Amino acid sequence: MNAPAPAAGLKPQLFKSDVKPVWCPGCGDYTVLSSVTKALAALEVRPENVAVVSGIGCSSRIPAYTTCYGFHGVHGRALAAATGLKVARPDLTVLAMGGDGDGYSIGGNHFLHACRRNVDLTYIVMDNRVYGMTKGQPSPTTEPDWDSKLAPHGTGLREFHPLVIALASGANFIARATSSDPNGTADLIAQAVRHPGFSFVEVLSPCVTFRPEQRNWKEMVHPAPVAPTDDAARAARRLMTDDGFNIGVLYAGHRKPYRPEMGRPAAEVAELETEFIL
Amino acid sequence: MTAKKKPARKTKRATPAGKTAVRAAKRAAKPARAPSAAYADFMVQAYAMENDARDRYTEFAEQMDMHNNPDVARLFRKLARIEGLHAETIVREMGWSKPPARTEAWMWRHSEAPESAAPGDLHYLMQPYQALELALESERRAVSFFSGMTRSTAPVEVKRIAREMAAEEREHVRLIREWLKKFPKPERGWDQDPDPPQQSD
Repeated sequence: MNAPAPAAGLKPQLFKSDVKPVWCPGCGDYTVLSSVTKALAALEVRPENVAVVSGIGCSSRIPAYTTCYGFHGVHGRALAAATGLKVARPDLTVLAMGGDGDGYSIGGNHFLHACRRNVDLTYIVMDNRVYGMTKGQPSPTTEPDWDSKLAPHGTGLREFHPLVIALASGANFIARATSSDPNGTADLIAQAVRHPGFSFVEVLSPCVTFRPEQRNWKEMVHPAPVAPTDDAARAARRLMTDDGFNIGVLYAGHRKPYRPEMGRPAAEVAELETEFIL
Repeated sequence: MTAKKKPARKTKRATPAGKTAVRAAKRAAKPARAPSAAYADFMVQAYAMENDARDRYTEFAEQMDMHNNPDVARLFRKLARIEGLHAETIVREMGWSKPPARTEAWMWRHSEAPESAAPGDLHYLMQPYQALELALESERRAVSFFSGMTRSTAPVEVKRIAREMAAEEREHVRLIREWLKKFPKPERGWDQDPDPPQQSD
């Protein structure tokens, strides 16, 4: 199937559904939703040519808030569903979205292999370093000394470094964004979608309810001081010494996306429909 | 000495929206002349700024609706309406048959439009006073943006309209300060929820 023709002059509003988000006011996920709609409008793809696939968690509610095709799936399995969808329907723009718990813990193994397979889709993780929906348990990206009632004195566990893992596993595009900059995030998402292969965008998206101190992230983020590199070794060195608040494209590789020969489907949808004509 | 007639715009500055309408009427009375490209570009940017601010306040109002904070929702909706009127005024002034396509804040790229309130500064228990403080900051940024334009190397006609817009935004700052006097400042502990979302055991 060929990619649909670009649709010029689309407004972000076209991609917003009538379902109003139930996130907490001030939550970074509002911004990510806004950024996704801006990015899709800029990419000139129509909502019916986009699929948003998610797992479980606050941020995984996002498919319902868009007018695109949506799949609010099983915890941690957004990438599995998104991979299957993109392989079967390469004409669609596929966005997998979710949070850090969904993506790096329950879905951690899918994350590694999605990077490795390098299917042409975009994975956007809204990272707030906590399980918000289930009342604030530490997630894989939570700092080891984050003291909370559910983890007194912190977990003491070293945090997961998703960008390094993504690079080591073969992701073809790696960027970090911040919900405090909706337009910059929209721009990074648009670049990620345009880039062939598996694109990973980690968005620092504060949980204002369980991690109110994350409101300060907007003061801590800064543009990455170096231009994007296509040299994985150089990117690895940068990411290993990264302060976690560098914003921008951090790696853009040239791996060929995985696109298996599917052959002709057993039947086109129109052919299937004829079987039901009375 | 002949007494000068008081300009109409001085007498009609009751609200931010009303004041902008006066500016529009004044400009419409001027002989029609094709605007320069720089002027048109600047007006597109000004339109985008007002439009972004309207969208942001609308999103804020929806968030407050969802969290049963009707007073603040009403206030954000009012602010959204005012910003929307400003945007419409620019469309009318420029004689655009429809709003310009290049508006979606893409021109701001890696920054926010100056008049858009920060999305992360909301709280579900916030009070009108705090909502107005957010709006005040936004208007101050707008003043700064337009004032900066008057000091730039922009063409004279752009500097002139930027000066007018900066004056309008200053007026908005004054009005919001007036509104702030009508609402009590939140007391200490305003964000204490008797039934908090944080698990306590």
